[in-house]
Amino acid sequence: MSGARLELDGIAKSFRGLRAVHAVSFEVPGGAINALIGPNGAGKTTIFNMIAGVYRPDSGSVRLDGRQISGLRPDLVCDAGVGRTFQIVKPFKGLSVLENVTVGALHRRPTLPDARAYAADILMQLGLHDRRHQAAESLTLPDRKRLEVARALATEPKLLLLDEVMAGLRPTEIDVMVTFLQELNRRTGLTILLIEHVMRAVMALASNIVVVSYGEKIAEGTPAEIARHQAVLDVYLGEAEPA
Amino acid sequence: MTADFLLSLAQAITKGLLTGMVYGLMALGLSVIFGVMRVVNFAHGEMMVVGMYLAWMGFEYLQVSPMLSLPLIAVIFFGAGYVLQRAVISPFIGRPEHQQFLLLLAIAILLVNVSLVIAGPDARGVQMDSQFDSYELGPFVFDAVRVHAALTAVVIAGLLWLFFTRTRTGKSIRAAADNNLGALVVGLDVRRLYAFTFGVGAACVGAAGALMITIIPVTPFLAAEYTLLAFVIVIVGGLGSMTGALAGGLLIGVSEAVAGLLLQPSLKSMVSFGILILVLLLRPQGLFGKSGP
Amino acid sequence: MNLLARLTGGVPARSLWCLGALLVLLLVAPALLGKYGLSVLILVLYFAFVGQAWNIMMGFAGQLSLGHALYAGVGGYIAAGLFFHYGIGPWAGVFVAVAAAVAAGSIVGYLGFRFSLAGVYFALLTIAFSEFTRIAFDHWGWAGGSGGLFLKVDAASDILNLRGGPLLFYYVILALAAGTFILCRLLLESRLGRYWLAIREDPEAAQAVGVPVLRCKMIAIVISAALTALAGVWNAFYYNNLFPETAFAMGRSIEFTLAPIIGGLGTLFGPIVGAVVLTGLGEIFTDLSEVFHISGLKQIFYGLALLVIVMYRPAGVWPWIAERFGFGEKRR
Repeated sequence: MSGARLELDGIAKSFRGLRAVHAVSFEVPGGAINALIGPNGAGKTTIFNMIAGVYRPDSGSVRLDGRQISGLRPDLVCDAGVGRTFQIVKPFKGLSVLENVTVGALHRRPTLPDARAYAADILMQLGLHDRRHQAAESLTLPDRKRLEVARALATEPKLLLLDEVMAGLRPTEIDVMVTFLQELNRRTGLTILLIEHVMRAVMALASNIVVVSYGEKIAEGTPAEIARHQAVLDVYLGEAEPA
Repeated sequence: MTADFLLSLAQAITKGLLTGMVYGLMALGLSVIFGVMRVVNFAHGEMMVVGMYLAWMGFEYLQVSPMLSLPLIAVIFFGAGYVLQRAVISPFIGRPEHQQFLLLLAIAILLVNVSLVIAGPDARGVQMDSQFDSYELGPFVFDAVRVHAALTAVVIAGLLWLFFTRTRTGKSIRAAADNNLGALVVGLDVRRLYAFTFGVGAACVGAAGALMITIIPVTPFLAAEYTLLAFVIVIVGGLGSMTGALAGGLLIGVSEAVAGLLLQPSLKSMVSFGILILVLLLRPQGLFGKSGP
Repeated sequence: MNLLARLTGGVPARSLWCLGALLVLLLVAPALLGKYGLSVLILVLYFAFVGQAWNIMMGFAGQLSLGHALYAGVGGYIAAGLFFHYGIGPWAGVFVAVAAAVAAGSIVGYLGFRFSLAGVYFALLTIAFSEFTRIAFDHWGWAGGSGGLFLKVDAASDILNLRGGPLLFYYVILALAAGTFILCRLLLESRLGRYWLAIREDPEAAQAVGVPVLRCKMIAIVISAALTALAGVWNAFYYNNLFPETAFAMGRSIEFTLAPIIGGLGTLFGPIVGAVVLTGLGEIFTDLSEVFHISGLKQIFYGLALLVIVMYRPAGVWPWIAERFGFGEKRR
């Protein structure tokens, strides 16, 4: 498994005349971990939804390793190698933790025993193995976030989209997740794009950061560059971000 | 020939509009209940039939005209609805739809069969003098009972509108419908408001029943038909929308009357279901609904 | 064998023994029961069968249909009509009947799912189609119109045309119910089954992990409609008469939903337990109300029983029994 290159080329989306995302372009090289940041309502999740096939961009295109994926249905985007988590977690509540991840694993492993074994392996890596027989609805929020990651990983993606998986986690838990993602990226070369408000995690993980505000890309660069970028500081001024 | 046809068509349309007002009032009850607590009242037609029976009993045993017993019936329905919501339905709010469905189905079975035990399977109607009266306006003839029923329905709908826009309780109910959590945060007693809402919805359908008995006789077997009719109307108008329920009632009333004239009477509900299917597919939020389901 | 392993894998031995014993008991039941007992058991199996068919759609895939009478009605009418008009026996006619029900299910499903109707809205669409068809059949001469379609009642047993006494119908419905039980187990323990459960729990999340949601829902409604059509054919030849008024009634659709809901939605054994409970209660209440000679009393008891069950066992009777007695099947 190796990471795929993601290219966004001028994608735009409006809802009932309201412009949510306006001609955003950027690229995530194969095997990189990049971050997408910006104030609330900047259009980050809309960008994710356009990559994942939930929305079709009004214009522009999304390419994965050069292949156009914009306009495909979400399940076909998953086929193409994109795994995603949801900002507001969406576990299969009535199913056990193991079955949740098994559904993801079934995507590339059509028999149940295979898929289940693979799912158990992923749960082990994420520290959820002890809770595998619990109903997903009985998990705490941090565990649900981890379950989201586990389920997305089970589809064996080449690009992983993580939408605020650190939110609600305690500092020690954030460190564990950061280490896990770094380790995963080093071992498999998986490309990761994350939306994140927890700047500590962003700074530790991302080699490159894209900043959006009011649906437009206002800056792009290394963490060090972004930290000094005047436009970014302006946007974040007044909106106290917990570090 | 053509003039005759046009006249009878116009006659059918007005008849449909008048009956449609009563349908609208009935559907209003369903819509209010759903709009506020997201519970689909599968016992709605059964409640309607109980309202019709109460009005019939008042007339048969106490010689009180349904129009006069209507306020009392509405009050009884309000109380019964309030208690029913508080005692039985309340824990089911927010539960899976099939559980709510089964609960209200059980209530429906009880209501219709208690009616059957008490009143028997025969059709029961009221015989009032006004049933032979009519108003004439040029070439048009209006049945007096239909006009009275429609006007009363309009007045009740108006009162309901005043209740929801002018009174404190009414406004609170609307707030709770828009934002349940928000209502809890600002300290509204949502449980009491829900019970109140169910009471109001029940009062609507009870009143509609009292009006309907002046137009057609009642049998227990009408209940399921009215439940379906109420569903069709609120979906067409927009589930949860008050205007939608009334407009849907008029639309279905007219379409039934016109279809009864142009096609065989037995085909008339086919037109209603055809309209329902089209609306579900093309505009599932209904003609007057704000957002999608 | 692989299939057998999949069928029994992970099931506690004691559950398997119980199932085996139950099957043997059902096979010899006609010898043990009288005429009345057999007729009750036939009803139980019939409701268990249609309940399982409905459960595939609602319990597994999470799509609430309140119009399943449509598929039973279409299936029954077509098989009965072919026999009545052209002498084509039900063993051949059943294929046409199932095909027609599958077509009907595909139309309802495609329209409903394509336009993303869910929950109550989808349920109302299914009711609307069923009612629409009822009125159409009321006016369709070939099917006998509102006057109904009657099959000749032959005393002589003719298995080739599904003519015969209760014993024949008992074994046919037993085979259908048992076969569907096995089918449901195989479906549930497959990728498709897991995908259904995922769709039931959260369609959007399911699609994000690669589940082709529309296709899976279509397969669910098609299988469910086909099985329900079989029940309709069986029913038509068992009772020998069909009326649009009852065949397509909303009450009929609701009847189909009760056993799985009461028994335990989404479980394998729930529809069967529900059918036993409901039919049993129905018979007891019939006897009880006959004592009082009041029509409607039976339904009042019935309504009260439903009320009590849904208030105190909202997840169904079977999950509760299974937990108490350690049979190990829970809602997945």
